[in-house]
Amino acid sequence: MNFDLTSDQKMLQDQVRKFARTELAPVAPEIDKSGEFPWENLKKMAKLGLLGIIIPEEYGGSGFDFISLAIAVEEISRVCATTGVIVAVNNSLCAYPILQFGTEEQKKKYLPPLCSGEKIGAMGITEPNAGSDVAGMESTARLEGDYYILNGTKRFITNGGEAGIYVVFAYTNKEMKHKGISAFIVERDTPGFTLGKHEDLMGIRATANCELIFEDCKIPKENLLGEEGQGFKICMNTLDVSRIDIGAQAVGIAQGALDEAIKYSKERKAFGQPICNFEMIQSMLAEMATQIHAARLMVYYAGYCKDKGMKRFSKEAAMAKYYASSITVDVARKALQIHGGYGYTKDYTIERLYRDAKILELYEGTSEIQKLVIARELTR
Amino acid sequence: MEIVVCIKRVPQTAEAEVKVDPSGRDIVKDRLTFDINEADSYALEQAILLKEKYGGSVTAISLGPAEAEDTLRIALAKGADNALRIKEEDFTPLDGYKTALILYNIIKDLKYNVILTGCIATDDGYSQVGPIIAELLGIPHATLVTELEIKDEKAEVVRELEGGLLERLEINLPALFAVQTGINEPRYASLLAIRRAAKKEIKTLGGADIQGEVKSLSVLEKLYVPPVERRAEILSGSMDEISEKLVQIIKEKGLL
Repeated sequence: MNFDLTSDQKMLQDQVRKFARTELAPVAPEIDKSGEFPWENLKKMAKLGLLGIIIPEEYGGSGFDFISLAIAVEEISRVCATTGVIVAVNNSLCAYPILQFGTEEQKKKYLPPLCSGEKIGAMGITEPNAGSDVAGMESTARLEGDYYILNGTKRFITNGGEAGIYVVFAYTNKEMKHKGISAFIVERDTPGFTLGKHEDLMGIRATANCELIFEDCKIPKENLLGEEGQGFKICMNTLDVSRIDIGAQAVGIAQGALDEAIKYSKERKAFGQPICNFEMIQSMLAEMATQIHAARLMVYYAGYCKDKGMKRFSKEAAMAKYYASSITVDVARKALQIHGGYGYTKDYTIERLYRDAKILELYEGTSEIQKLVIARELTR
Repeated sequence: MEIVVCIKRVPQTAEAEVKVDPSGRDIVKDRLTFDINEADSYALEQAILLKEKYGGSVTAISLGPAEAEDTLRIALAKGADNALRIKEEDFTPLDGYKTALILYNIIKDLKYNVILTGCIATDDGYSQVGPIIAELLGIPHATLVTELEIKDEKAEVVRELEGGLLERLEINLPALFAVQTGINEPRYASLLAIRRAAKKEIKTLGGADIQGEVKSLSVLEKLYVPPVERRAEILSGSMDEISEKLVQIIKEKGLL
């Protein structure tokens, strides 16, 4: 049993924390307001190797483990949840499945640009009529000669509007049910692929959340990821992994909210003293810190399971994501409560964090889906 | 070009509440975070920039506790080639002179064309170590350096003086420069560099490696927080009136 971060994890935390505070925090309110995809942030992060944290050096990545990815995503999300999820998605929803299931050619072709920031990654699972029910997707791909012909619409795709490389899921054989789903690597300029509606989100507003429309989109046969029918497995395996860093994003937002609450409660005076002296405020601060601590340990543990090479850690990943999401919403609520009326204005950071927090209970599997995964594992 | 840079790990006190410990000669440190001294991070960056421009190697030295190795390791990740910790625990208590004397004893046996330090440490604020090392080595030095260029075995430096004046000097190498913050833009270590630095060796030296006696010239008697004097004035009136009064006060105090 050892709770210490390794020497390189400590250095990563130190440098990412400084980078996030100095470079990302000042522009976070701006990109929240404008909703403009933070390319400048990404360029800077690419230089540091933050876009390919878990990708081996030979493919242009930094070669770190999943606990390190969690640490980095937490530090980034602590000051900018939008940038946090862009990094998380690039790493674990796009680069990771290519690394894990791709051919050597696919890895050599697609991983270096994802790590260098030349292209940003996204993943297309969700559809207008299929969210939690992944197998309910309607997109299809049929093989014609050297191409798969992809038809369908993907909705709520993080990074969707700005990405260059997408991992997209569609049925190649509807009769096989979920075993008939396949995964494809789709490039942005593929004929028949267009962007649809850009979502105007409540939080994480600069994530280029967008609809992807495929109309007889011709995907080269060699862009099939894994084998035909492996899509559902690739999807579930990838989600197990991405729940680690999405859990970390939740921890980051919660920590950011606690940072703000502590700062405000020490500055704000009422009845002749700082409000942090009052027991009801202290009670909230203590609860928040404890919740964050527990969530962080759960996220690290899920990362540890993955790093250790455990075959099955769906339950641990789902627990971490479920718990971290629910506490981040609660912590953001308490932090805003501590701010009183000021917290309800756009002059205070907590207003943004409160809006950002809510998405955690919705994406990468709703909290209800996490509970379903956990319960299924318990009763297997 | 062989470059030596001295860096110090200091407590981060800018936003923390600083309390004096029961000895009365130190502050309570257990709740403080530590990091590289601000000016030293610019000295380190300057060292790496010089190396990138003129070749050679950078040796980072820190006189500090075991934790200072974290600071040195970041220096390695940013681009230093060698790192050396001198065990502070073998020498405490330290004043500026003794610190410089110890560093001098190590540096004199190293190859160097340029020695860099920060111009001031944010903990004790002595600003002594750089100049004393230079004097002991018998080499020229410049403090509060805001620009540094190397030309034909000479350095062209700009120093910051009082009242917004700048001074340009030409200095023969080898020399020591105590750099001011803002001289450059310290980089962040890339993740790849961090992974490589994690495996590098940090050499440690202790009391047995220093020849002769090293003694302090001053003794710290007491640290204290100055008593609070209530001199706050709350301005009232409309925003325009308050602004006008404020400008007047600032003018009266000669700040404008």
